[in-house]
Amino acid sequence: MYKIVTRRPLNPAVTMIEVEAPYVARKAQPGQFIILRVDENGERIPFTISDSDPVKGTVSVIFQVVGASTEKLNHVPEGGYIHDFVGPLGRPTETEGIKKVCIVGGGVGNAIAYPVAKKFHELGAEVHCVIGFKTKDIIILEEEFAAASDRLVIMTDDGSYGLHGNVTVGLEQLLQENDDYDEVITIGPMIMMKFVSLMTKKYGVKTVASMAPIMIDGTGMCGGCRVSVGGETKFACVDGPEFDGHLIDYDEAMDRSRTYFDFERKAYDDACNLFKMEVK
Amino acid sequence: MPNMKMTKNPMPSQEPDVRNKNYEEVALGYTTEMALDEAARCLNCKNRPCVGGCPVNIRIPDFIAKIVAQDFEGAYDIISEDSALPAVCGRVCPQESQCEKFCVRGIKGEPVGIGRLERFVADYHNSKEQPAKSKPEPNGKKVAVIGSGPSGLTCAGELARKGYEVTIFEALHTAGGVLVYGIPEFRLPKSIVRKEIDGLKELGVKVETNMVIGKTLSVDELLGEFGFDAVYIGSGAGLPQFMHIPGENLRGVYSANEILTRINLMGAWRDGADTPIAHAKSTIVVGGGNVAMDAARCAKRLGSDVTIVYRRSEAELPARREEVEHAKEEGIKFSLLCNPVEILPGEGSRSVASVKCIRMELGEPDASGRRRPVEIPGSEFEIEADCVIMALGTSPNPLIKSTTEGLEVNRRGGIVADEEGRSSKARVYAGGDAVTGSATVILAMGAGKAAAKAIDKDLSAE
Repeated sequence: MYKIVTRRPLNPAVTMIEVEAPYVARKAQPGQFIILRVDENGERIPFTISDSDPVKGTVSVIFQVVGASTEKLNHVPEGGYIHDFVGPLGRPTETEGIKKVCIVGGGVGNAIAYPVAKKFHELGAEVHCVIGFKTKDIIILEEEFAAASDRLVIMTDDGSYGLHGNVTVGLEQLLQENDDYDEVITIGPMIMMKFVSLMTKKYGVKTVASMAPIMIDGTGMCGGCRVSVGGETKFACVDGPEFDGHLIDYDEAMDRSRTYFDFERKAYDDACNLFKMEVK
Repeated sequence: MPNMKMTKNPMPSQEPDVRNKNYEEVALGYTTEMALDEAARCLNCKNRPCVGGCPVNIRIPDFIAKIVAQDFEGAYDIISEDSALPAVCGRVCPQESQCEKFCVRGIKGEPVGIGRLERFVADYHNSKEQPAKSKPEPNGKKVAVIGSGPSGLTCAGELARKGYEVTIFEALHTAGGVLVYGIPEFRLPKSIVRKEIDGLKELGVKVETNMVIGKTLSVDELLGEFGFDAVYIGSGAGLPQFMHIPGENLRGVYSANEILTRINLMGAWRDGADTPIAHAKSTIVVGGGNVAMDAARCAKRLGSDVTIVYRRSEAELPARREEVEHAKEEGIKFSLLCNPVEILPGEGSRSVASVKCIRMELGEPDASGRRRPVEIPGSEFEIEADCVIMALGTSPNPLIKSTTEGLEVNRRGGIVADEEGRSSKARVYAGGDAVTGSATVILAMGAGKAAAKAIDKDLSAE
């Protein structure tokens, strides 16, 4: 059992939990992920690591309630326990030789983009960030991003904060002003990463995208996380989760991610009803 | 007087049409009367060819003689001298290509049902309340075992009985390895595996789940700051193989590992399980091994129509005979001598709609001694399917190798180890599928046992 040491809502739908997992904390690097199970009957859900503290022995992940399992996780209070927590899995973000980087995050993906930005900042790279949200009320980690970046562009789809439009608008502006990015790193919804990659391709900037496909074990065993990268099949759990954004077959990946859509919809409704009944 | 009946006592089983809708064990086990009758078929011959056919050389005629004498615990003790998991092996060993293959009774008629008798003895033993095992006197030495499948469990048990402080590190959240995530409940009830693991815990073995060695901790850390005197790698062969044909990443194409893990480890077949599983209408399983049979029978139980596609003929199916028979009885179709060449999506979709196959014929024997399947040009045809399961075998996971300095592997990714399990790295031993690539439970067990002996010998000599 793994204790949730702190629990901090970042916006009405997004929560950060800090979990006591000393072995994972010793090794965790930005870009890697963990898999957790809320209870004995729980499914194994992967989350990218958003922060870790080897001294305290804790690892933080940020989640948005999107289905039954995250709904369940949302009901575990601070001081409560989750059944399983394993990691760190996958390969860390590659940082070597990168002096100037632009990080493009979308929605809850920004939770994962942040530790990557922080890492580059600590390594002394020039860090530019474009972070996008639907609307002002759900912006997360603004201060943290500000502290970790040399330049921060916030985008909202509805223009209620920062610049109006999606992240590619802000990215294009930066690409026009800066022709010396060593790399663009994009983390967020697949459709966003697809368009970010299309744009950076136009500008000829190397791009890395962080994939979060369906998976079970996270160690290379199930093959559920297959991603086509440059015509080759890769396992996101062991070969990734970060891949060359210009080579990923996003359409295939998006389709594969919808495999259990109907099941998840129903399970989520059932879980919500269950929790509503408990409240009554 | 031996019983000279030519045929084995048949195994009582659930009716095919009932069992293909549930996950209860298919084979129900011999009654005492059947076991006595079957045991009496053993001639107790001098040559004992069956013993040579057993990978761990169980004294088969001796345990059968104990059954005849109605001393079932005595029979269990004899099996236990050589096998750590009799209840498991009695169920999953390919007896027809091991002990029973050499049985003298098999020359005219059917061999003695050795596997069925082994299972009977183990189930008899397990049904009786056993006194709690006492912890052996500690010898002050610590061994780490990586992986809790058959080879890891065996190695851990052997060492614990000798007084070693043993910790098993398991990557998944439940111990048991392939016995838990791979082999379905209807073939090997998980309660049997749990019982074996509980037995090890009584001996003092610690089981640490959620520990991915190579990620969470490294082999060098186990030997260094964690103070283990030796490490046994029994991490199995978990990496699924694919065919690398067009369409393999379409929605609806899975590895057998994924389907089996969802069902067995995650319990996705149960109503109300959190882990989803696809309920297909028509499933094609590619492959002819035990894993293919397991995947096919699981898909059937999920309500799908199922066809197994295998490139050789029935005689070459590598699965246990019994699994093939069970699969057929349960209504699984076999499309033999054909091989997928492409997986096709539906129009305007990225989900599987059909599999294009090509007919094969058998040519000259290949390196494995089996006749090599050769494509018949122009014989392509399509089979409709909304689910395709690839059961083509597995290879060892590179995670430990890639994070352990000085650990040699062969070109198939198997860890290089001598017959007693010593790897190229000091204090590191390996065995089971991690060394050989996917093989059988009994071979993995034998390797775990041999390595335990070597570890004991080497550490005692220090």
